[in-house]
Amino acid sequence: MVTLNNEDYEKILAHAISCLPEEACGLIAGAKHGEDAEIQKVYLLTNTDHSNEHFSMDPMEQLAAVKDMRQHGLVPLGNWHSHPESPSRPSEEDKRLAYDSAAHYMILSLMDRAHPVLNSFRIYGSESENEGLERKEST
Amino acid sequence: MTITVAGNKKEYAEGLTVKQLIEAENVENPLYVTVTLNDDFVKSDALETTVIKDGDAVEFLYFMGGGC
Repeated sequence: MVTLNNEDYEKILAHAISCLPEEACGLIAGAKHGEDAEIQKVYLLTNTDHSNEHFSMDPMEQLAAVKDMRQHGLVPLGNWHSHPESPSRPSEEDKRLAYDSAAHYMILSLMDRAHPVLNSFRIYGSESENEGLERKEST
Repeated sequence: MTITVAGNKKEYAEGLTVKQLIEAENVENPLYVTVTLNDDFVKSDALETTVIKDGDAVEFLYFMGGGC
C-alpha cells in the first residue's frame, strides 16, 4: 500500500497534463513502513524521450532529486509516469525496464481525461501487482 | 582513502577505478547504471580507466524509463 496526499497528487496530475501529448515522469520519496510506503515528496522530471509512448528520466534532474531526498532525510521510493492514451497498468516495456523489485511504480492514466486513474504497482520481472494507493488530505 | 558513495563515507584502497567500485559495491544491473564522479557523468567507456581519488563523491543512478 502506498499513501499519497492530495496536494502531491495534484502536482503529478497538473504536470502530466502540461506535458501532453507526451508522457510525463518523476520520482517519489518519503518513508517506508515495512512493505508500505508513505510518499512525502514528489519530483517532476523531464521526459528526455519527449514521446507519447516512451519515457526516460533526465539523469541530471535525477541526480538533483536524489541529493534533495538525502538532504531532507527522505527515502527514495520509486517513480511515477503517465500513460496519455493507455490504462494505468505496467506495459511490457515498463516491466522490462523495472530494475528494482523493491521500488513502487505509480502509473497515471489520462486516457479518460475527465477521470484520471492513478495506481501503484510492484514489479517482479514479468509479473506486476497492483499494491493499492490511498489518497489522503494534505496536512 | 575516504570517498563518499551514495552519500555514505567509505574507505577504499588507493587506485580504485570506477569499474572496481561498481563491483565492490555489488551494484545490480550495472549496464543500466549511470555513474557520477563529483557530479560529472562518467562515460561508460571510461569506467575502467577513471581512477577515484581521496575525497571524491560517487553516485549510482539507475536508468529509469518505460513505455505505455
